[in-house]
Amino acid sequence: MSNEGVDVRKRRFLTGATAAVGGVGAAFVATPFIKSWLPSARARAAGAPVEVNIAALDEGALLSVTWRGKPVWVVRRTQEMLDSLDNVASKLADPDSSAPQQPAYCQNKYRAIKDPILVMVGICTHLGCSPSFRPDASEWSMDVPGFFCPCHGSHYDISGRVYAGQPAPLNMQVPPYRYSSDELIVVGEDPATGGGEEAA
Amino acid sequence: MASKFMNWVDARFPATQLWNDHVGQYYAPKNFNFWYYFGSLAMLVLVNQLLTGIWLAMFYKPSAAEAFGSVAYIMREVEWGWLIRYMHSTGASFFFIVVYLHMFRALLYGSYRKPRELLWIFGCLIFLALMAEAFMGYVLPWGNMSYWGAQVIISLFSAVPVVGEQLTTWIRGDFVVGDATLNRFFALHVVALPFVLVGLVIAHIMALHHVGSNNPDGIEIKANKGADGHPVDGIRFHPYYTVKDLFGVGVFLILFAGVIFFAPTFGGLFLEVDNFSPANPSVTPEHIKPSWYFTPFYAMLRAVPSKGGGVIVMFSAVFILFFLPWLDRSRVKSIRYKGIIFKVALTLFAVSFLSLAYLGLQAPSDGVKLSARIATVTYFLFFLLMPIYSKLDRTKPVPERVTG
Repeated sequence: MSNEGVDVRKRRFLTGATAAVGGVGAAFVATPFIKSWLPSARARAAGAPVEVNIAALDEGALLSVTWRGKPVWVVRRTQEMLDSLDNVASKLADPDSSAPQQPAYCQNKYRAIKDPILVMVGICTHLGCSPSFRPDASEWSMDVPGFFCPCHGSHYDISGRVYAGQPAPLNMQVPPYRYSSDELIVVGEDPATGGGEEAA
Repeated sequence: MASKFMNWVDARFPATQLWNDHVGQYYAPKNFNFWYYFGSLAMLVLVNQLLTGIWLAMFYKPSAAEAFGSVAYIMREVEWGWLIRYMHSTGASFFFIVVYLHMFRALLYGSYRKPRELLWIFGCLIFLALMAEAFMGYVLPWGNMSYWGAQVIISLFSAVPVVGEQLTTWIRGDFVVGDATLNRFFALHVVALPFVLVGLVIAHIMALHHVGSNNPDGIEIKANKGADGHPVDGIRFHPYYTVKDLFGVGVFLILFAGVIFFAPTFGGLFLEVDNFSPANPSVTPEHIKPSWYFTPFYAMLRAVPSKGGGVIVMFSAVFILFFLPWLDRSRVKSIRYKGIIFKVALTLFAVSFLSLAYLGLQAPSDGVKLSARIATVTYFLFFLLMPIYSKLDRTKPVPERVTG
């Protein structure tokens, strides 16, 4: 074929314009395929708040409930457990909980609204395993109670604060929660607003 | 009659030409040895996986509520279902055994060197796709180890800066690993990735037959052609290597059948004990370990005391393979003519890889961590120092013709 009498510039422009329009079209067509992978309306609805009654929870015991499919732990800590928090502070990666792994109202050494009651998402911040509860210091290598992740050996104190030099980079997450009465906790809602969207 | 029919076909589709290019008139070096069985064996296992996989998909139910039960149904109630499933699960492990040996052959004889760089890169892509395929297949039985394995591997992506958390939610299709995750992994495992794998295997073979096979001497047989235009050190793939490979297939099938019938779980390595109980989002198995073929990379992940760093090291261990053709600066290809430095380096590399595979199976402890760190450093130094030591190495002269 001969290019004689062909306006090459015009042809190049038309080729470029066609490719550009086609590219934009392809990007639009890709949108539903990519967005269909986001949580569906049903999955989002399943993230509703959960009520926990802690009246029957003994001192030193752990109660596990499910919120958004994740294990949420409620621990009524003993005085001895609370006392251990100060002793370990120097060995922790983030003793002051400065990383946003908890709502602002839980940013204290107890990581809680009421000091003895710990409410925490029981998932290791390394790769999402569920750590095991070590209420007795004698059960593991640390000399105070805490949590131990069996997957990659991360150690946490009894407030879910991670020790320094562990695979896990962050303290365990504290979910938004509020007390609807003295013994009733609503996991998934903030105290003041009751709005319930991701404070952590 | 037959030739008249073939003439009719060939005028419409290049059947005879395809056969000759890739089998009948494909000239391969005459000195292939034991290590050259594993390419054709990998193809055999691929066919096994496709065939048994299609049959499993006829009985398997990809939903969180039914998946575990449907696998039990296949094992106990479907006629011969247990055999088809064991062929598939054992095939997965044998796929990796064969592929690792196939890759080691390339390291031995420099099969990644010019002009086979793309052949090697297609191979690395196959390895990558195979790992994704195996991981997603492992999730499908929805046992507790499937569930927590998925949890751990998907969480790797949360190490991506800024969008990490959204990215993991997008991959899972939920705030946790669940039904949505299982359903999409099923689609990827049985439709998308098999297409990718088969396509890459075709590209791998086309590249191989374009440049010609390497051999244990690392000599280009195309450089020395006889009067008939064919390499003097080459023999036709068919019947010479088809028959040789058939012998390999026979030995392989004896071992394969032995595992399927006598040790399908292989002591918990091929099918893990924790996966015989259903997925439970609130109970993590005491000791999470991936399938044995991922443990070298898993050991590296655990060896690094930082999440982002561990993920980077683990992925780098795979991606560094892609650069191998340009890291090796040796004057010769084959280990037969390389010097002592390369031989020591390759030995250390193999030892470090096997050690990592072992360490990745062990429960985390200080000793395991330290050993894994040493092995990880050795693994990377093999590649990173290669441009230096492969040049310093005292090589031997390469003969004109292939040897025995």
